[in-house]
Amino acid sequence: MALTLEEVKAIAHLARLQLTAEEEQRFASQLSDVLEYAARLGEVDTSEIPPTASVLPMNAPLRPDEIRPCPPRDQMLANAPDSDSGMFRVPRVLELEP
Amino acid sequence: MAELTDLSLLEAAGALRAGDVSSTELTRACLDRIRSLDGRVHAFLTVTEEMAMAQAEAADQQLRTHLDESMPLVLGIPIAIKDVLCVEGVPTTCGSKILEGFRPPYSATSVSRLISAGAVILGKVNTDEFAMGSSTENSAYGVSHNPWNLERVPGGSSGGAAAAVAARMCFAALGTDTGGSVRQPAAFCGVSGLKTSYGRVSRYGLVAYGSSLDTVGGLARNVADLTPIFSIMAGHDPLDSTSVSDPVPDIALSGTDIGDLRIGVPNEYFIEGLQPEVETAVRSAIEAFREMGATIREVSLPHTDLALPVYYLIAPAEASANLARFDGVRYGPRRGPGKYPDDFFETRGELFGAEVKRRIMLGTYALSAGYYDAYYGQAQKVRTLIKGDFEAAFQKVDLIACPVTPTTAFGIGAHGDDPLSMYLEDVFTLPANLAGVPGLSFPVGFDSEGLPIGMQFMAPHLGEAQLFAAAHAYQTNASWHTRWPEL
Repeated sequence: MALTLEEVKAIAHLARLQLTAEEEQRFASQLSDVLEYAARLGEVDTSEIPPTASVLPMNAPLRPDEIRPCPPRDQMLANAPDSDSGMFRVPRVLELEP
Repeated sequence: MAELTDLSLLEAAGALRAGDVSSTELTRACLDRIRSLDGRVHAFLTVTEEMAMAQAEAADQQLRTHLDESMPLVLGIPIAIKDVLCVEGVPTTCGSKILEGFRPPYSATSVSRLISAGAVILGKVNTDEFAMGSSTENSAYGVSHNPWNLERVPGGSSGGAAAAVAARMCFAALGTDTGGSVRQPAAFCGVSGLKTSYGRVSRYGLVAYGSSLDTVGGLARNVADLTPIFSIMAGHDPLDSTSVSDPVPDIALSGTDIGDLRIGVPNEYFIEGLQPEVETAVRSAIEAFREMGATIREVSLPHTDLALPVYYLIAPAEASANLARFDGVRYGPRRGPGKYPDDFFETRGELFGAEVKRRIMLGTYALSAGYYDAYYGQAQKVRTLIKGDFEAAFQKVDLIACPVTPTTAFGIGAHGDDPLSMYLEDVFTLPANLAGVPGLSFPVGFDSEGLPIGMQFMAPHLGEAQLFAAAHAYQTNASWHTRWPEL
């Protein structure tokens, strides 16, 4: 299962990763190696086997809906690279009509 | 008295209670040792000297005024924390540039329980970036060195923790194990390392890598030293809905009395490529258990060879989702021209290291439309078979004994830029994470180059008490764990 350079670029886009041309080349070959190794899984008959998402019996435990204290806002903003007026500041997402 | 840092955790706890030593003295001795040796070992990313001394003074105060039998054994004991666990106000990097400067506003539950019990936090220890690796070579802040041979890796990803314990810079360290990240470095550094059962210890405040596999565990100089760490960390936490509410057993260690213990030895773990000295040491440790009265029998875990491909699809898939949060908005530095969406691409592209990017890519691919069933879905089904292997084996035996790693510690740079060959290092540790069972790695010998050899026990889910009892019985007679590297 060899990944093409185009596939690598498409995956990087989905993952929001900017890669250099050198990285794209290298990852194409390295990821292909891993996928080739993983191909042996396809030989296992799992038609009757349920998937395991967690080793614990998952039953979405409920808890009472109670008001609890949360850390103060300035503390949660302290690690942000950019903040303003008590909010995280991010680049403009929508362009305004002229 | 010998050097304070030569004491085991339990010896130090005894000395504190007897008033022979103070926590301030123990902490100062550890800090001095870090200062004199860590330039060569590079186990620590952050040393929290001021906080440690304040905690030590508080512990001394408590020891002087309120000493009673119910005091936790970790009171006043200096420990180190793997840098993927949050400690309030202390830089937590996960070995990554993308979290440079991040100071968490809260502590992980595992950490805060230890702090509440009076443990002294010496600092944060090195890890492969986001715990992805087997050598610490993937840390953005430089590789740690194996105290037994500084040209070798300490293992990973909890390599800083293992190196710090082996170099006697701390009495114990918290590590995490998603695919072997406590047990493998413990084996490489000749210390004892516990991977807890999935759900046994809260993951709250552990920066998530593979959420269905991540566990918090500990490393210490011997098995008995791990027990107070485990007892304090374990137990349900309302802040982690996957932490189980089963009672945490009292760990009572009783010398070499192992009762009628049944130990299974899986053929599938004694394979081509296993270093002969590792096999010899592990088999002779198993023999020691036979002499103590254990029943040894062969068991089969027939899907073992599929654990590696299953793990390297499931863990990256979960990682690709978990690491989506690192976008340069809420924490960490931001890169880019100040434009959307360029900033996201540049921040992540520049600040994640190569291995993290590879795993995010692999996981994104395994989860993507058209490939989900063939990769992620199929891996989850084969995971069921691997889990079933353990359930069947534990019908017949109480514990499974096997090597931790195919070889002793490899050289720094030995795997070059070949990720698949590095992944193969994890072949004996991944199955326990996929099955959710606990594992304990402890030293059973040295190879001809003087490098430690580890063996692991695996037990049924929540069977930590059996692991402790058996491995402690071995250490009651063996002396491998009492050897120290010259530094």
